[in-house]
Amino acid sequence: MVLAVADIAPRSQMGFSLGWHIVLACLGVGLPALVLFAEWRGQRTGDPVYRLLARRWARALGVLFAVGAVSGTILSFEMGQLWSGLMDHYGSVIGLPFAIEGFAFFIEAIFLGIYLYGWDRLSPRAHLLAGVPIVVAGTLSAFFVVTANAWMNSPQGFREENGKVVAVDPWKAIFNKATGPETTHMLLAAIMVTGFLTASVYAVAMLRGRDDAYHRLGLRLSLGLGALAAPAQVVVGDWAARYVAEDQPIKLAAMEGLFRTGSHADLSIGGVYVGDSLRGALHIPSGLSLLVHFNTNGVITGLETVPPALRPPVAIVHLAFDTMVGIGFGLLALGAWFGWTAWRRHRLPRTRWFLRAVAVSGVAAVAAMEAGWIVTEVGRQPWVVYGLLKTSAAVNPARGVGWGLPVLVAVYAVLTVVLVTVLRRMTRDTPVPGAPQDADVDGYAVV
Amino acid sequence: MSLATGLLVVIWCSATAYTLLAGADFGAGIWDLLAGAGPDGRRRRTLMEHVIGPVWEANHVWLIFVLVLLWTCFPPVFSAVASTLWLPLMLVALGVIGRGAAFAFRKAVATPRQRRAFGVTFAVSSLMTPFFLGAMAGAIASDRVPPGIAAGAVVRSWLNPSSLLTGALAASACAFLAAVYLTGDAVRSPDADLTEWFRRRALASGAITGALSLAGVLVARADAPSLYHGLTHRAAPLVVTSAAAGCAALGLVVVRRYLVARAAAGLAVAAIVWGWGIARYPQLLPGLPVSQAQALPATLHATAVAVAVGLALLVPSLLLLLTLFQREQR
Repeated sequence: MVLAVADIAPRSQMGFSLGWHIVLACLGVGLPALVLFAEWRGQRTGDPVYRLLARRWARALGVLFAVGAVSGTILSFEMGQLWSGLMDHYGSVIGLPFAIEGFAFFIEAIFLGIYLYGWDRLSPRAHLLAGVPIVVAGTLSAFFVVTANAWMNSPQGFREENGKVVAVDPWKAIFNKATGPETTHMLLAAIMVTGFLTASVYAVAMLRGRDDAYHRLGLRLSLGLGALAAPAQVVVGDWAARYVAEDQPIKLAAMEGLFRTGSHADLSIGGVYVGDSLRGALHIPSGLSLLVHFNTNGVITGLETVPPALRPPVAIVHLAFDTMVGIGFGLLALGAWFGWTAWRRHRLPRTRWFLRAVAVSGVAAVAAMEAGWIVTEVGRQPWVVYGLLKTSAAVNPARGVGWGLPVLVAVYAVLTVVLVTVLRRMTRDTPVPGAPQDADVDGYAVV
Repeated sequence: MSLATGLLVVIWCSATAYTLLAGADFGAGIWDLLAGAGPDGRRRRTLMEHVIGPVWEANHVWLIFVLVLLWTCFPPVFSAVASTLWLPLMLVALGVIGRGAAFAFRKAVATPRQRRAFGVTFAVSSLMTPFFLGAMAGAIASDRVPPGIAAGAVVRSWLNPSSLLTGALAASACAFLAAVYLTGDAVRSPDADLTEWFRRRALASGAITGALSLAGVLVARADAPSLYHGLTHRAAPLVVTSAAAGCAALGLVVVRRYLVARAAAGLAVAAIVWGWGIARYPQLLPGLPVSQAQALPATLHATAVAVAVGLALLVPSLLLLLTLFQREQR
């Protein structure tokens, strides 16, 4: 693997700030739906447990959304600060999805303001309706921003002459070949992260002895969301891998650590890629050919087909891919266990191992999502726009740009600690009553 | 008017909205820093928190909007500005993080000590953000950001008389807007006795902003000749408008006509933003006019459609938000 030294700091900075923001972005997509569902059930049934859950989730959402709004702004700065070459050259091709995303995010921010601050001022029905645009706009903004990344994987909708873009079809650029699988994969990932991360909070509380109606409901709703998305994600993940196999064969080869081109390609699990081979992996004979082509004779392109300078860092991509898939199946199993017990026995599994599994599932879901981004981003290297523009040619050459990385890492480290502390404090300052009454609900201020 | 110019007008309107709305939120942060100790200081802070709480996130989005429209419609301008001015932009970024996060955190926690720590972060970054955004505007206005990636000086492009002055002007204009708006909010709130405190600050910050604007014209004369030429010729009516509206705003605050004063103060600040734009049009950067900086026609068309549809959804929603909580206060 060959990495240009000049772009390592900007790449790390972008990866770091994107990786940080995306956790909040996932919650921004999934949490409003959870809040709204709890509020709707609370209005229908009058059950104070649902109503209190909605309020407490909404309060956390307010803080998380604010931090996500600022960390997202930083990314828009970085597009120019770090990737001036990309924006200069292709800004007019991939600008449009960002512009639409801007509108969607605007609508989201406006209605979040109305929803949170209007909690006790609007009628119940109007309040519930004010929440709907948050869910819709949040989903749309995630969709459009991911289409821009999909375009970097599958650049379409323009024509170049002598290294200059001379014609653009911006809608074709948005709806490129990677858009379908990549946006669906990400939206499901956002739902899974929200579901398992939220559920893990309640699992931890229940392990500490807070086994009451409030915590059980919080766990059931959020874990239910994650459990519903997990099986769909397996299907969509397969779709995404098929797209990669067709359009970015070198990325697929890196994901599998496959050096030689050929039929009967093995599916490789685990192992370390050193030199030009994968060592210590578990091989399933012809598994990869079978998965991609439904036929063991199917030919899979290996890394050998491109010169070393055009290969991504294989060891990282393969490890990240296995991490994502491994955790994904683990979450699927956990969701199935939960779903089976809920369906057959109408309760949660009784063993503490269930709660322990849920407690780690949140961090695991985040790790899987981050690993997925590492696969798609590191796997695309050395290109920023696949096959057209190298990352090293897109970076801002100005003096001192590399200092942004340590500064941002320090700032985000502080921000992470403070955010977690504040969220924990919010719970401790107004503890959940053992059996919530209507007075507890009405007395809890959302903002 | 060409499509590119039309979209430039949209960008400039968004920049104006950001200045008038988010600028006032930053201004409130600056007054938070100076609100004083004791119970009165706490009540002033509570009033400001109450006013900007529901709206600051939406107001902030205008900035993102300006950026994405700029890089979609005028990619070379965005890449030149962001690459040459990466350092002040980084400082703006830190200000954006500090302001937004600290404001949200302060509302969420209860102990006075933590509230103070978040409050200081909130206030200092509210001062820092408009200052460095203003310094960036000064760098562009004084022709220190040439076209091309990282073609300008990393430090001197934004550390110079014009940038320092526009930075200070931006911060004081934010404080002025906030004080005028908040005077109007205070008089209608249950804490009407706070009005006088904001009123005096509106007058003081208005005087400072006016003085800085005058100084700005002189600095432009010495440091940014092409901007000065534009301001004294084509954009002269806007300069006069700004001065007249600024004086009117001060007069209206003196006679306690706060709602009209808001409009006058907004006009005074907006006229500065538009004066700069009209002074330099069609030059976006030195030697880079609109016609050479604009994206390809298909992109401009698609963006225009997206903007039209988007605004049709956005404007009513925004008006709903801005009026819902203003009405509540009465």
